[in-house]
Amino acid sequence: MASQEKKRNITWKEIKKQKVLIIWSAIIVAYGVIFCYLPLGGWIMAFQNYKPKDGLLHSAFVGLDKFKQLFSDDTFIQVIRNTLAMGVINLIVTFIAAIVFAILLNEVKSNGGKKTVQTISYLPHFLSWIIVTGILHDALSSSGIINELLLKFHILDQPLNFFAYPQFFWPIVAFANVWKETGWNAIIYLSAITAIDPSLYEAANMDGAGRWARIRYVTLPGIKPTIMILLLMNVGNVLNAGFEIQYLLGNGLVKSVSETIDIYVLKWGISQNDFAIGTAAGIFKSFVSIVLIVIANQIAKKNGEERLF
Amino acid sequence: MEKKKENNKIKTSVWDKVFVVCNTLFMVLFVIITLYPVLNTLAISFNDGTDALRGGIYLWPRKWTLQNYSTVLQRQNLITGAYITVARTVLGTLLALAANAVLAFIVSRKDFLFKRELSLFWVITMYVNGGMIPTFLLYRGLHLTNSFWVYVIPGMFSAFNMLVIRTYMAGIPDSLEESAQLDGAGYTTIFLKIISPLCKPVYATVALFVAVGQWNSWFDAMLYNRMSSNLTTLQYELMKLLSSVTNQSASAEAMKNAAGTVTPTSVRAAATILTMLPIVCLYPFLQRYFVTGLTIGGVKE
Repeated sequence: MASQEKKRNITWKEIKKQKVLIIWSAIIVAYGVIFCYLPLGGWIMAFQNYKPKDGLLHSAFVGLDKFKQLFSDDTFIQVIRNTLAMGVINLIVTFIAAIVFAILLNEVKSNGGKKTVQTISYLPHFLSWIIVTGILHDALSSSGIINELLLKFHILDQPLNFFAYPQFFWPIVAFANVWKETGWNAIIYLSAITAIDPSLYEAANMDGAGRWARIRYVTLPGIKPTIMILLLMNVGNVLNAGFEIQYLLGNGLVKSVSETIDIYVLKWGISQNDFAIGTAAGIFKSFVSIVLIVIANQIAKKNGEERLF
Repeated sequence: MEKKKENNKIKTSVWDKVFVVCNTLFMVLFVIITLYPVLNTLAISFNDGTDALRGGIYLWPRKWTLQNYSTVLQRQNLITGAYITVARTVLGTLLALAANAVLAFIVSRKDFLFKRELSLFWVITMYVNGGMIPTFLLYRGLHLTNSFWVYVIPGMFSAFNMLVIRTYMAGIPDSLEESAQLDGAGYTTIFLKIISPLCKPVYATVALFVAVGQWNSWFDAMLYNRMSSNLTTLQYELMKLLSSVTNQSASAEAMKNAAGTVTPTSVRAAATILTMLPIVCLYPFLQRYFVTGLTIGGVKE
């Protein structure tokens, strides 16, 4: 009892001492509650026959009806497929591109050349998706550079409108992601490579290892932890990678492969004013993301990488 | 035996040369693919619009003109967009930096009673959010739609930026804070006079991340301020230009006659160049900041 009393005394003293910190924390938490946690209350809409005039409090509850409606909509199934497919393709392709680029750039001997290439490689990351999609439209248009090259090398007989064919959409999106982010994503691998102990390379040289052997047995194992952490961190984002470019590049002809969950939510929720369906789709997306994160975290723990959370 | 080894050496050095040549070619190709589209847009922006429709413009304009730029600079919506974009970038960056710095400072005080709870409170927001519709309804309820403040207030705090600053602050020796406390300094003084000056590099990193995000965002302008043309942003106007180009490529002929030598494509090229100009000019000088920032952020915790 006495010790408890003492402990509380210290706490009160501490509180007094930390008054400033606590006041600021309270303000920050109030902000967080309003802007980050209050919208979670809106999830109730997904279980209601939400009518704006009745509001959250007076709309009738319909249980899981909205989710049933959602999953009986073929478009929604299509949209899930598109989101997952593009998310996974982009994740894999951008990952490999960044690692390969970092390793090859590291093999460049001239320091000036290395720096120049690296500086140029960041550039696309700073451009907005609006600009990138504009550039893609120019490059892939019927009079664009790609068609011109394909015609010149007689791969095509006449210009092809790449945006009119569904089979080109996913590769175009993947390429755009690679173009935009390879240099940026490589930064972290390059810094991981510079952290590798140089004596490992010396030892490899002594053993007569060639360039390929050095990459395979020293560089790659050296950056493996970084690769694993980043891969796991990005798994939870797979479903988040599907909005801007798909929205900007999509058109009526490729709708069946270009629309993602976020576009579906925007279409139903904001344009059609069906808040309940839009919210239900959003909840589904959050749910899948969290499941993916938990799975990734389990895998990380199994492999002894406990840095994820 | 000796000979075989010699042979091997020659073989590897030949392979080595092949590799160096291929690698150099690859890097050159990489640079071309990265830069060509940007330089091509630059060339088109300085080329006569009607002439550009004939195609065949690569890295250099065929028929020089400044008319595309003068057309852009005369468009009221683009000027308004530029003002709003500059305002949101400056104000948004300052507010976000101040907010995340204070938050990071609080959660990195080792003796702070609620540091774990406060950290967790923000880390959760990285993984769970209400989604587009509830957020939209909230902002509408708070009268943030059709308002400038929707650009700067809701995104002020970010768990990621907080973690980046916190990681950096954790590397500052405690003894500095302790000796200041002995001199009677409160937390406010410690934050402003001792910790913040040491955090300049990480502040620059976070400011850069936020500023680029602010400069490039368009979706919030479309979603929340679609009805207020006086709150439009540069990127949103650029997006409207893009969709007008793709939808009207058939009626480009009509535009051509109406507007003389300026076409939607050439105007968009000029607007694109003006929009990317500030970032392209600045980023090479800020390189070391975002490289350190990414390395801190990537390792997290």
